[in-house]
Amino acid sequence: MRVTVRYFARVRERLGPEQTCEWGADAPRTVGELWAWLQARSPAHAEALAEGQGLRTALDQALCDTDEPLHDGAEVAFFPPVTGG
Amino acid sequence: MALLHRHVAVQAADFDLSREAGLLAQACDQVGAVVSFTGHVRAWGEGSVALELEHYPGMTERSIGAMMDAVAERFGLIGVRVVHRVGLLPVGQQIVLVAVAARHRHAAFQGCECLMDWLKTQAPFWKKEVTTQGGQWVDARVQDDDALARWGLAGIQTNLSPDTAG
Repeated sequence: MRVTVRYFARVRERLGPEQTCEWGADAPRTVGELWAWLQARSPAHAEALAEGQGLRTALDQALCDTDEPLHDGAEVAFFPPVTGG
Repeated sequence: MALLHRHVAVQAADFDLSREAGLLAQACDQVGAVVSFTGHVRAWGEGSVALELEHYPGMTERSIGAMMDAVAERFGLIGVRVVHRVGLLPVGQQIVLVAVAARHRHAAFQGCECLMDWLKTQAPFWKKEVTTQGGQWVDARVQDDDALARWGLAGIQTNLSPDTAG
């Protein structure tokens, strides 16, 4: 399974704009499982994606909860609370 | 009355309020009211230089479009135009335009305010304050979620973490 992960704002500044993740077996099943998997990648990931910052998630460019199931080719984004307008 | 005129743009370029309002006024002969909101970059303290606006291309346009349709249906709007600028915007520059047309003023005032409150808390934009000393990301304000709640709409700035994964 292959998933594109995109980061924005302060998360992007730490981890770059995007990364592609691929798994044979043991792929994360949900956005929340992907989040935990990414946190374990490096100390920078653990810090940039730490809980308690109110990070939001989107699946295929729509806001989603962490229990949303992943699929092959999915685009998942992690970003801080939005501050437009 | 159906939504006849709909436009959303995310762009670096500035916009012309009178042109935008004029396009809405001409949407059809039933337009009796046009209300617009324009947001500007305000100086926020010593050394304020600019705001830097980042967005999520694709998702931004889609999410604003969905909000426009929902607000138009709720208030019976005839036309809606949203322009949101991105990139480096010096103090005094225009950032955002929300303009709506309706048959009567109450629907137009309410539709414009509701859409602006919604956009503020749900459209994927992030602001960084740039000063003579450097840059700092702006934190989301809980008051913005409160403003949205007045319309009976839930905020999304709630605290989530992997622990909440079901």
